[in-house]
Amino acid sequence: MKSAVILFPGSNREGDAIRALKPHGPAEIVWHGEADLPRGTDLVVLPGGFSYGDYLRCGAIAAHSPIMAAVRAHAERGGLVLGICNGFQILVEFGLLPGVLMRNAGLHFICRMQHLRVERTDAAFASAYEKGQIIRIAIAHGEGNYAADSQTIARLEGEGRVAFRYCDAAGEVTSAANPNGSINAIAGIYSERFNVLGMMPHPENLIDPLVGGTDGRGLFTSIAGSFTVAV
Amino acid sequence: MPRQDPPVTPELVASHGLKPDEYQRILDLIGRVPSFTELGIFSAMWNEHCSYKSSRLHLRALPTKAPWVIQGPGENAGVIDIGDGEACVFKMESHNHPSYIEPFQGAATGVGGILRDVFTMGARPVACLNLLRFGAPEHPKTRHLVSGVVAGIGSYGNSFGVPTVGGATAFHTGYDGNILVNAMAVGIARADEIFYAKATGIGNPIVYLGSKTGRDGIHGATMASASFEEDAEAKRPTVQVGDPFTEKLLLEACLELMRTGAVIAIQDMGAAGLTSSAVEMGAKGDLGIELDLDAVPCRETGMSAYEMLLSESQERMLMVLDPQKEIEAKAVFVKWGLDFAVIGKTTDTLRFVIKHEGEVKADLPIKQLGDAAPLYDRPHVASPALEKVEAAAIEPPLSNAEALKLLLATPDLCSKRWIYEQYDHLILGNSVETPGGDAAVIRLGDGPKGLALTTDVTPRYCEADPVAGGRQAVAEAWRNLTAVGALPRAVTDNLNFGNPEKPEIMGQFVGCLTGIGQACRALDFPIVSGNVSLYNESSGKGIPPTPSIGGVGVIADVSLAAKLAFRRAGDAILLIGDTEGWLGQSLYLRDVCGREAGAPPPVDLAAEKRNGDFVRELILAGLVSAVHDISDGGLAVALAEMAMAGGVGASVEAPANVPAHGFWFGEDQSRYIVATSPEHALGVLAAAQRAGVPCRRIGETGGAALTLKGEAAILVGDLSARFEGWLPDYIAAAL
Repeated sequence: MKSAVILFPGSNREGDAIRALKPHGPAEIVWHGEADLPRGTDLVVLPGGFSYGDYLRCGAIAAHSPIMAAVRAHAERGGLVLGICNGFQILVEFGLLPGVLMRNAGLHFICRMQHLRVERTDAAFASAYEKGQIIRIAIAHGEGNYAADSQTIARLEGEGRVAFRYCDAAGEVTSAANPNGSINAIAGIYSERFNVLGMMPHPENLIDPLVGGTDGRGLFTSIAGSFTVAV
Repeated sequence: MPRQDPPVTPELVASHGLKPDEYQRILDLIGRVPSFTELGIFSAMWNEHCSYKSSRLHLRALPTKAPWVIQGPGENAGVIDIGDGEACVFKMESHNHPSYIEPFQGAATGVGGILRDVFTMGARPVACLNLLRFGAPEHPKTRHLVSGVVAGIGSYGNSFGVPTVGGATAFHTGYDGNILVNAMAVGIARADEIFYAKATGIGNPIVYLGSKTGRDGIHGATMASASFEEDAEAKRPTVQVGDPFTEKLLLEACLELMRTGAVIAIQDMGAAGLTSSAVEMGAKGDLGIELDLDAVPCRETGMSAYEMLLSESQERMLMVLDPQKEIEAKAVFVKWGLDFAVIGKTTDTLRFVIKHEGEVKADLPIKQLGDAAPLYDRPHVASPALEKVEAAAIEPPLSNAEALKLLLATPDLCSKRWIYEQYDHLILGNSVETPGGDAAVIRLGDGPKGLALTTDVTPRYCEADPVAGGRQAVAEAWRNLTAVGALPRAVTDNLNFGNPEKPEIMGQFVGCLTGIGQACRALDFPIVSGNVSLYNESSGKGIPPTPSIGGVGVIADVSLAAKLAFRRAGDAILLIGDTEGWLGQSLYLRDVCGREAGAPPPVDLAAEKRNGDFVRELILAGLVSAVHDISDGGLAVALAEMAMAGGVGASVEAPANVPAHGFWFGEDQSRYIVATSPEHALGVLAAAQRAGVPCRRIGETGGAALTLKGEAAILVGDLSARFEGWLPDYIAAAL
């Protein structure tokens, strides 16, 4: 699997993403000002951070970067795109995913370990997990409160496009276990064709038993697995 | 059209914070009346914050050397060798006054400034810590200040992309009008690729990099060198505004530029902005500096030379570049969208010459701007010694179980989760020990080596006995690093005190430094960087003396790092170190009995080292399942913290020869709790005896409750609810 991690001014988890991707094949940084993705890119990652300082709206300026046309073309070809945290915010601003990410309901930035429920495992991003599996992943964001109009939410739910939901250790979706007020405790969503995933939590920080645990690894082995199967 | 500068009058001199004798010194030095711009330069260079005029004499006595020290105090940050060709670069600095006036921006720019100090030296920042002191919780401003400071620290560090891995927060009415915000940053560089401020070569270009210059922060350093009166809020315009996004770009651009080999010298523009950075580069290199201010990138129109020289606009750097590589260097900054302007050159005149709009606005001897700054041996008196408080003489107002429950829900001992969850402490994926433990542990690169980091001070000890308190602050930092298994290596200090012109305050300063020096020598723990913040005073009252200690230790393999959580039932709990039940200046005495009294617990530095070295050996040999140092609140609080962290209870028993409340809550120093499997316990006890280390078995882990023998059992869940509840409840409560 060959990965391209897009570097916007103000990105800051690009190194974390590279570290999680490296065991599965070459992963390189691509500057936002480039017009093209490297030849043979399988996976595009929009990493976490504060692109352009989050000064207008999170992700709004980065969505206008030159490289984003190539990201759209990649997605339209069915290529995989993963947006984590600020990358998720960029994807909704860019229109590859529906909805918006608003300020956390508690109004504070929040960094902590959070349980997630894996909602489906037939997508390329989550095949290594069990359906309904409860995983423990870090969150670190100030604006992760997912919202969309009711038709959009109904469509996302109806099409099974919710990838992960915030929950408690027992897998219950409760308001106490929802860290940011997201509608239906949505932590991540897929595009219509399930080849674009946007999520607020940071699986790239959960790949090591010494540093919080390994519950994030499954996401990367799933993606890598989708390519070995295809070959 | 030439602008008209105001005439230099005694009132103008006084408004620049210069005393009449200091002004006379200027007249003697330059042989004429200074221009308005020159007066501004002197006020910036000779204020307390930049010149250390009250503290320099005493700082010289601190131990700053060791074979592993690459750079001690005097540069942007201290540097130590951590092996494998790597160096750790770190420093702590205060932003107290700005944070009181405007908590969000004050704290944010405090973090920005200290990060800049670290990457100026060529290091990539890997961690931030802080030490915060607020006024009494019931003071009407405290809630607002806590919220603003925490949000400000978070906003800067989170956006910049460095984990904030540790800190210490406490409350006391002594900080009601003057809070403390001390920020520490830690970076990693190649040991042979450290960058310094010393300019070399004549005629080399001086390049301005980063953000544009505006009118923010003018006289910030002078403001920081005065005490507060009732009108503190009126000084809000002197607080700078932070832009972590630009700082992140500046970091990446600077590190990229350094790799090209173009950088001869580099200095960040911090306190006193362009003036201080340019003078420092020239003076250190025995060179003159000539600046043409018409070339300075400005955010606002019509800025005068005076304003440009004294602006403390953030996210700016000054460099001396290799003229051969100027084009290559410029390309790096253009890529990152940052300003790059050649604003002057090095000269052989040893003069600091400022040109603006076709006029020479200043022409001063560069070496003397720093070297000839006033140096004061201020009168100081020692604090009166306080009597020891005997535990037996204190009638416990509550049962020990009730006292423990009370203490865990006090502002100083409660969980600080509400604070540290607003800081990204996980970014970079190397946070092995996150906030809430004795020291933070971060892995370096792919490991196995790592750093242990901590910030500590106990101001109530320092106030009661400055020498003992200074010693204890260092010892506690050393102990916290030891408790995770690290070898403590070096210290950065941030000395926060009141008005040094008062002999009793200067006595606190001198006393604390004496104690710090003693402990650093005894523990092989040199001071490599630091900052002095004086005039922390409001309406005539100084803060409690607060010499913050930032400690850095190295652990060869982070997988061996100890944690404080009880891991399983059935482990033996061993108490290491002597306990006589020292209640003087303890939190039990203050928060349970309502008395702030007595001599603080003494630190026997030889015992400190012996006990700590023994604990570290146990950890590295894999003989212990949990380790915690004992500090504020004493043994019972430490046990509760271990139980809550692991969700495992314990049953423990006090010996008959110490009053029980003294045993559970005394703050005797140099102590640790370790948990070990029953099969290792006898061996550990025997090894302690051989090493001359006091060690006794006090109980074992297990069950859902913490039981102090003879007292009601307390469910660990109840302890946690109290421990976790206080701070969020406090913030949420309406006044």
